[in-house]
This record gives sequence, structure tokens and C-alpha cells, in this order.
Amino acid sequence: MNFYDTDLTKLHDDLVNKKISSTELTKATYENIAADDDDVKAFLTLNKDGALKQAAEVDQQGIKADQLVAGIPLGVKDNIVTKDIKTTAASKILSNFTPIYDATVIEKLKAQNFINAGKLNLDEFAMGGSTENSAFQTTHNPWDLTRVPGGSSGGSAAAVAAGEVIAALGTDTGGSIRLPASYNGVVGMKPTYGRVSRWGIIAFGSSLDQVGWLTRSVKDNAQLTSLISGHDDRDLTSSTKEVPNFASQLNDDTNVKGLRIAVPKEYLGEGVDENVKEVIQAALKHYESLGAIIDEVSLPNTKYGVAAYYIISSSEASSNLQRFDGIRYGVRAKDVENLEDVYVRSRSEGFGDEVKRRIMLGTFSLSAGFYDAYFIKASQIRTLIRQDFEKVFEDHDLVMGPAGPTVAYKIGSNITDPKAMYMNDVLTVPVNMAGLPGMSIPAGFADNMPVGLQIIGKPFDEQTMYNAAYTFEQSTDFHKQTPKLGGQN
Amino acid sequence: MNFETTIGLEVHVELKTNSKIFSPSPVQFGSEPNANTNVIDWGYPGVLPSTNKGVVEDGIKAALALHAEVEQHPHFDRKNYFYPDNPKAYQISQSDTPLAHDGWIEIEVDGEKKKMGIAEMHIEEDAGKNTHSPNGFSFVDLNRQGTPLIEIVSKPEIASPDEAYAYLEALRQRIQFTGVSDVKMEEGSMRVDVNISIRPIGSDKYGTKTELKNLNSFNYVRKGLAFEEQRQQRVLMSGGTIGQETRRYDETSGQTILMRVKEGSDDYRYFPEPDLPVLAISDDWIDQIKADMPEMPSNRRDRYVNELGLKEYDAMVLTQTKEMSDFFEAAVAQGADAKMTANYLMGDVNAYLNDNQVDLQDTKLTPANLAGMVKLIDDGTISTKMAKKVFKAITNGEEPSSYVKEHGLVQLSDPAQLQPIIDEVLANNEQSIEDFKNGKDRAVGYLVGQIMKQTHGQANPQVVNQLLMKSLQAK
Repeated sequence: MNFYDTDLTKLHDDLVNKKISSTELTKATYENIAADDDDVKAFLTLNKDGALKQAAEVDQQGIKADQLVAGIPLGVKDNIVTKDIKTTAASKILSNFTPIYDATVIEKLKAQNFINAGKLNLDEFAMGGSTENSAFQTTHNPWDLTRVPGGSSGGSAAAVAAGEVIAALGTDTGGSIRLPASYNGVVGMKPTYGRVSRWGIIAFGSSLDQVGWLTRSVKDNAQLTSLISGHDDRDLTSSTKEVPNFASQLNDDTNVKGLRIAVPKEYLGEGVDENVKEVIQAALKHYESLGAIIDEVSLPNTKYGVAAYYIISSSEASSNLQRFDGIRYGVRAKDVENLEDVYVRSRSEGFGDEVKRRIMLGTFSLSAGFYDAYFIKASQIRTLIRQDFEKVFEDHDLVMGPAGPTVAYKIGSNITDPKAMYMNDVLTVPVNMAGLPGMSIPAGFADNMPVGLQIIGKPFDEQTMYNAAYTFEQSTDFHKQTPKLGGQN
Repeated sequence: MNFETTIGLEVHVELKTNSKIFSPSPVQFGSEPNANTNVIDWGYPGVLPSTNKGVVEDGIKAALALHAEVEQHPHFDRKNYFYPDNPKAYQISQSDTPLAHDGWIEIEVDGEKKKMGIAEMHIEEDAGKNTHSPNGFSFVDLNRQGTPLIEIVSKPEIASPDEAYAYLEALRQRIQFTGVSDVKMEEGSMRVDVNISIRPIGSDKYGTKTELKNLNSFNYVRKGLAFEEQRQQRVLMSGGTIGQETRRYDETSGQTILMRVKEGSDDYRYFPEPDLPVLAISDDWIDQIKADMPEMPSNRRDRYVNELGLKEYDAMVLTQTKEMSDFFEAAVAQGADAKMTANYLMGDVNAYLNDNQVDLQDTKLTPANLAGMVKLIDDGTISTKMAKKVFKAITNGEEPSSYVKEHGLVQLSDPAQLQPIIDEVLANNEQSIEDFKNGKDRAVGYLVGQIMKQTHGQANPQVVNQLLMKSLQAK
């Protein structure tokens, strides 16, 4: 079996009604992975023994009706720390790192008796948009194995698209959930900054990072997001706002009548592939036909977003990654001469090129004499970007556009040109800069590859986004398409 | 050429909170290395700091004690540098929005009172400790990592080593009275970084400053600064220039020795800590802390002088520590004479503390027992000479009046008992009576001595004097 023709609710019901056992489900998951993952390369670490043991325990204990994910194997991006399961952030420097604690999101899932299927590939420390920056492997797009899955949550998106797991956790600092969701034709939600605790997320850009889900359906996503959200005393940037049961509003009555959708002209302008534009315009037309009101608006500071984002995220990263010094955990360089040698060699050998590039960029941006011109200026642009959105949201409910300017590109085609790679983030980074929730849902195909429609909401208004996404999904068939992988279908 | 001196003092004070500033680990001394640590203190991947509200509250207390203005929306900043005792490779500190700024404290040098400005006071985390073994290994103990600190930076207004000493003393006293820290240099809960520069009087530019290290007491701060002040003058007078350098104070020679020359300044790449929200400090909160503030030493001094009639100097000595001052007030509240109590605290008690190298609160002395002893002296029950024995007893925690009874230390003050003894002594010392009549005052002393001898020292000297003079004049 694979997870194409089912959803969380059905799996849960089947488990509760003992139509299937968690052990069977877990075994099937590893069969899927065995069949596909040599090609897709989504998983870095499989938790097979642990998962089967857990599944047996769940089967023995039985599943409570309020434990949606009990007994269901889910994937976890490898920058989320998992107790006793190796957590590498796809970096050589953490290739031997097994944490002694769980991230808050993992604690919450464990409280529900979920099964951790394993850890999923990413760009090293979540820096990148293709998983080509992983120190261990490049994940392949299940729709076309010669193409990238997007990133940095590329392993998570590809595993879900390939039907290996029904859902996977990702993180999104500048588009790392939405871009791979778009490239792989799955649903990806980056909640509002502060909605989900960051405790246990290996920090990249602390003021931008947020955890979210990659799923096959909007409802699954809504259910899972409710499950991991909420204030955490260990993360003071997490919000005390009440967490709605997002999925409870998704039903036959959900509609978009009168919904005011803003479409920034900058999101369909130069640099966006014509075929992608067409898919998005068709999706917007579809919304219009369902009763939504479509307005063209302007987010004039979008053009500064990428530059400002790379300064802020790299500055924070340059500081966050200083702790990886080879002394207390992780890989320490051998045959060192002295303390400085430990630092320099452990880091030189442990970090990949892209991570080093960002550490240098960030260190430069924070240096005396450059701080005002770079970090401060970027922070000011950040404020302008937030204000752009605030203005649009004064008389609109949602903002929509493509998640990425193109469909998934060929592996290797951008890797030598970091700047070209960075430009793929132009449509996603403004959302992180403004701390807003953003999602990507399957909206069609261009060149036989999936195209994602990006939906951006007001702070903490994920509900309106899920409602609109659900309406679209229920009235289209794009989410039912599946990639044709080696003999699976 | 005449020079003027500018001294800068950066004082770090460790706060006595139960847990660390950004983690729930306990703050405790003397534990096994790394016993008081958790994943946050290790700078483990994925961890986040959480601000201990108690630290902010203690910081506000300290700020109020320094008459500083509390910042209502301060944030934390990261100070980045690599070192093994700094596990995140950044220290969470405050840069552009310190918790408080623009304070002052009053100092007194050579009888002259002066207000010394405080530029800012911020809160931050302490680092761990590195130790090095002779076989080439180094060890990192992170127990101290995350211990809350306040850093107090003076304005460039301290103009002499004596003023620096007085500033530190006043600062220590005021912080100590708030109860937020033990402020003990010998235990590391107060640390002082010192810099000094001199310039020709009238110059509008500060001279190049040198930093002094290894100043482990206020006295060494004063001595080190005095040496450095002289050294800089000699260098400039002989046509030399002062280098931007760090110098170590050598306790045995009393000199400062070059450690390293500083080229440029360190670039700590400060930026706002993204893991912690901006603090919101309401007026209500500040008012509440103000209302609960203990009385400051300067206020107590005024009260001791004006209400209890103590000398300024005595009031100052008594308010050096809150423990001493509280002890004094408690004893006076028990009805003991203020001046006599003060004298005993400054004399016998201080000597006892010094001899035994203990703090008042760690002894068996209690205000009630000291007050009891003072009252026994005051009402003539015991003489000050007898009090020496009683004092020894109360340092062992004994109750003075029962001690006095048990050891028969009661003073003979009854004339009916004393007169026969005096008469007997006079009868046996005809010559002394003659001498007295001839104006030799020494004779009185001799006779008193004889009476005391007869009474084994228990006679009340005042009563003896009175009765003796009467008897002599009657002869």
C-alpha cells in the first residue's frame, strides 16, 4: 500500500476499528520506502527498529479516539531534534550527533503516540532551495527524478509526494516548506511566526524560522497544524494566542463567496515563468468562479526582499552556527595543534560551501563599520515589507500568487550560481520577513511538473487560508495526481 | 606640567537568584563541575533561552539603588566571540538598550561629598570557567555559565584613586543593602575592570587609557591606580606616549606590568537577540519594587546621626554591611544604648570577626544577647572589665544575664557592703591618707586598687570612688 488513496482521518478510523494495525502500517511504510527511496533519497535516517517497537506498543495499548496520529508513521525533517535518533541537519559537523532531548513538536506528537518513521533530507542547516546542499545526498523529485525536490524541506516534500509517508514535518525560514510543496505537488503550510514552538529546531534564522507540515490534503494539514501549535514556556517568541481546531471548519459548507483575494502584480511579473503564470491565473479564475473577488495590488518592496532576507537570515545564522565548534558535540577535527586549530579545522571540515558562504555574508553584515549599511538597512526594509502587507490586508482577506517563479529545475542546473538560486526565493521570503502564515497547494501543472499556488494570510489567520485552500482542493483534481514511480502505480 | 586623571570602572555583580538568567539550572557554588547545567547551558543544538523574571526584578532593584532611570522596553543583544567557556560562542547581554542608565551614587573623600555618575547598568549572563591541567588538557566547567550578572559602567567622572575606592565602597554598600547580591570580591560575586588615563589640565581630549587586571580588592584597585597614575605621568613628562594596553597589577611589588598591547578594538558583532522578545517594564512594576526597597545605607546613616546621636564616622562604619546595620538596629530596638552598642559593634565585635575571619551572620552573636550585655553595663550590674568575659560568652551564644549569675560576675554597688571594706583599707593605709592630704592624687588610685583587690574586682568603681572621696575628706 501507499498513502495516495487515504488520509489521516481514514487511517485513524481504521486503526481505532482495528481494520489495520499500527505494525502493519509501519511495515508498509518501510516497504514503500524500500521500493522508492533508492531513487528519491528522501530519508537520511530510518528509525525502523524504534518505529516497529513503538507500533507494537501502540497496538497493545490501543488507540484513543482523540489521538489522531497514534500509530501512524510520520516523517521528520532532520533539523528537528529527536531524542535518541541521530539528528544531522544534513551537515557533516553533526553527522555523529544523537540528541538527548526532543523538540517541542516531537514531544507533542509523542504525547499522541505517533510513530517516527525517520529523518528527512534537507539542505545543510536548511540553507538552500534544492537539497543539493545536503552533505549526504541530493533528494530527487518523485515527478521527475532528474529534477530537484526544492528545499530546504525537500526530503519531507518528496517523501510525501512519493507516498512514503502521509505527512512530514518541515521548517520554513524563507520558503523552505512552500517551495518544495510547490515543486512536489503537495500541501505545505508555514504557520504564523510564533504559532509553533521553535524549541528543538536547530536554529538557522531565529527571527524567521517556523515549523510546519507537508501533507497530501488540506484537511490533514489543518489537523496536524492544530496539533503542534501553541505557546511553549521554552520559546518566548511562541504566541499565547488560542489555537483553533482548524479542520473543524472544513466541510461541505466551506466556501469562498465574497472572499477578497489580493494578487500582487510583483508576484506575476518579470522572472516568473510564463507557464507557471498561466497555471496561477487559471487558479485565480477558478476562485473568481467560486465567488471570490480578485484584486490586483502592489507590494512595492518585494524587489528588496531577497537582498534584505539574505542579510538578516545570514547574520542570525552566522551567530547561531558559532556553537558548532567541535568541542561539546558533533565532529571534531583530528590531529589538532591547539584551540584555534580545533575551531578552524572542525568548522572548515564540517561545514559545506553554502553554509560557509552564509556565515561569511552574515559575519560581514554584522561587522563594525558595515552593520548600519547592511543589517540595519535590511531590518528597515523588513519593516517596509511588513507595512506593504498590512496595507493590503486592510481591505483583503488573503494574498495569492505562485510559490516559486518556476517549476522544479534540473539537478545541478543552478548549483554553481548561488545568486540565481537565491532568486527562487523572491516570492516566499517576504512572508517570513513579515512573520505571516503562508502555504502552497497543488494548483496545476506546467511542463508536466506540479505548480503550487501560494496563499498568504493575516497573522494568526491560518483558518481563512485553510478554508480557501480546502474549497479549491475540493473543486479540483490536481491533488489527486500522483507521480509515476518505479512500479508503484 | 599638571595632569588630571580620568578613571573608568566597570563593575560586574553576580545576582543571588535561585536559577540562571536564561535556563532553569540552579545557581549554586561548590557543586561538582557541570552538575548545575542543562542543554541550554551547553549551547546544545535547538535550545532557546527563557528570561528569568527574577533577574529583571533584581536588576531593577539595583538600578533604583543607583538612582538610575529604568528603560521600559529594553531588549537583549548577542555579543559574539569564540571561547571554550562560552558555549554558544555568544553572550546574551545588552548593548543599545541597557536595563537602566544615568544613575549616580554619593561618595565622600576627605570629608567632601560628591556625586559620581553611572552611565549605564545592564543585565547579562556569566560565562563558564576554564581550568588547565599541567599535562596539557583543559577543562570546562559550565556551572557558572548563565549565572545572572549586572554590569555597572561609571561615567568618566572619577578623578583619583581615592575617589575610585570610595565609588566602589559606596556601590558595594548600596547593592549589598538591596539584597540582590553578596557583592564580595574575594568570592567573585563582585568583579572590577579598571581603566585610567591622564591628560594635561585644560585639555579637551582624554588621554590614551590603559586597562588594569588582577585587582582583587578595593585596596589593590586604589594602589594599582595610584601606581599607574604616577607611571603615566612619568612617561608623559619624559616625552613618551601612553600605549593602549592591558597591564597586570603585581601585588608584591605594587607595580603594574604590561600584559598585552591592544590594537584596535574587538568586534563583537552585537545585534538584537532574536530568541527573546523585547521586555515590557511597566511603571506599576517599578513602583512596586520601589515600595519594597530596603532602606539604603545613606538614609540609615542620616538616621543614626540625627535620631540616635551617633558620630558620622560611627554611622558610616555601622552601615558598611546590611548585616551589621540590621544587627545594630535590632539591638537598639531591644532597648540597648545606641552609642554603647555602636562602640561594641565597631570594637569588640569587629575585632572578633577579623580574628576569626567570619561574617557577622555566620557567628553565634545575636542582637538580643549584645543588647542584654550592653544593658547590664548600662545599669551597673557589670563593669566594662567584666563585660570582656561576658562578651566572650555571647560569642558562644550564651545569654548574658544568666552567664553573669552563674559566674557570680555581679558588680558590688551597694554602699552598705562597700563602706566596711573601704574603712578597712583606709585603716591599713595611714600613709596614703597622709599623702592625699598633702595633695598627692596618686594615693587615690592606689587605694581604689586595694579596694578592688579586696572585692576581687567586683566593686563598682564609680561607687567606690564616691565613697572613698567622702571618707578621705572626712578624715
